[in-house]
Amino acid sequence: MRFHAFVFAALLAIGLCSASQARAQAPTSDIPIVAAAADLAFALEDAAKDFTGQSGRQVKLSLGSSGNFFRQIQQGAPFQIFLSADEDFVFRLADAGLTKDRGVLYAIGRLALIVPPGSPLQPDGSLADLKAALQAGRVTRFAIANPEHAPYGRRAEETLRHLGLWDAIHDKLVLGENVSQAAQFAVSGGAQGGIVAYSLVLSPQMEQRGRHALIPAEWHQPLRQRMVLLKNADDTAQRFYDYLQSTAGRRILVRYGFVLPGEQS
Amino acid sequence: MDWTALRLSLLLGLWTLALLLPAALWIGRWLAYSEFRGKSLIEAMLALPLVLPPTVLGFYILVATGGGSALGRIWQGLFGGPLAFSFEGLVFASLIANLPFAIQPIQQAFAGIPRDLREAAACCGLSPWRGFRLIELPLAWPGLLTAAVLTFAHTLGEFGVVLMVGGSIPGETRTIAIAIYDRVQAFDDTGAGLMSATLLVFSLAAIAATTALSKRIGKRHG
Repeated sequence: MRFHAFVFAALLAIGLCSASQARAQAPTSDIPIVAAAADLAFALEDAAKDFTGQSGRQVKLSLGSSGNFFRQIQQGAPFQIFLSADEDFVFRLADAGLTKDRGVLYAIGRLALIVPPGSPLQPDGSLADLKAALQAGRVTRFAIANPEHAPYGRRAEETLRHLGLWDAIHDKLVLGENVSQAAQFAVSGGAQGGIVAYSLVLSPQMEQRGRHALIPAEWHQPLRQRMVLLKNADDTAQRFYDYLQSTAGRRILVRYGFVLPGEQS
Repeated sequence: MDWTALRLSLLLGLWTLALLLPAALWIGRWLAYSEFRGKSLIEAMLALPLVLPPTVLGFYILVATGGGSALGRIWQGLFGGPLAFSFEGLVFASLIANLPFAIQPIQQAFAGIPRDLREAAACCGLSPWRGFRLIELPLAWPGLLTAAVLTFAHTLGEFGVVLMVGGSIPGETRTIAIAIYDRVQAFDDTGAGLMSATLLVFSLAAIAATTALSKRIGKRHG
């Protein structure tokens, strides 16, 4: 057990050092942190870069599951803007008095089928080949986000149910913790494909790793995505929030396949 | 309460034990008795899973077991199913993640056996196998027990690696730790609390039982 004791002591020492360092640096960093749903991973990076180029100010991005952020904000996490993939989370935070207002609808998300190279599936938006492949037993693993808690997972389930494929595909599903992990699973080579956020498959990083097809929006409830300024938001956060609603910000969201509120797809 | 997930976790723990302990016994004993160039390097590599973040392990395992990898293809050819996102894939991941937990206690236990004791056994005409069975194994027994408990407990508690490679498939890769995470994410605090409490009581009982057992063994040999 001497080795374990040594490792423990070493880790403790490293932990203490980095903790004291973090404290020393804390006062100098006043860059606002943006908590954003995983489907915005690539779009928001572009937006943040463009925003910094325009204004000379910086924001830090934290990407993950909307539900996790919701919980963390309830517990006092120091985010200044929250971009949720499901507007309910924003309304619940607003009702709890943790936000400046009830936020704005910034985009409607879309679903896409993604198929990795070498997969026996054809990427067609009608999912007709998926149906045929299921009947022929060509699909052993299919990735979506976990419908229990991920908005994109719930919409993927609705789509599969709408087409009557749920019972056939249900025991072949691989569930990602969020939609970004579902996309990773879909193209990892372990699965034949998946239904994920259109915004993710349009990114340059994903485009090389699979072919995709847009899925009709009528097959599922809309993915209404809302953002809000939290109580502690500073001037930079306010500017980034405004930037995302400006022409430049909206153009980036459109490039990543989001439908903007008030516009037709 | 997700009983399927608990059963799956216990099964994963038992499979890991069954496959890893014999190998760890052999490797641990070998490392304890031999001195050679590069031994430190091997020891360092075997200890890596202890310090690497589960995400690093998970990432490598996901790449190594995917349909495009050599291992994934060989497995698919042999058994007709994918290794990634399957129970067998989790067992594979668990074997690697548990290497140090199984090997280190066993190695230390064998290293603690005096050399002249082993030589005396050989002088008295005991064959290597009988010497191992009658002299070494009883002395190294507490180390073996520690290795088993650490491995089993660590498998039950493994989260990061499983999250990275599993895909939360009920009855296949959704272990109790993942099920708890899913319940928390779904804002089902009652379900998460119930499962957490079950795991807590179970782990406490397992540790208490082994502590009691190793004391008894200690007395017998003391």
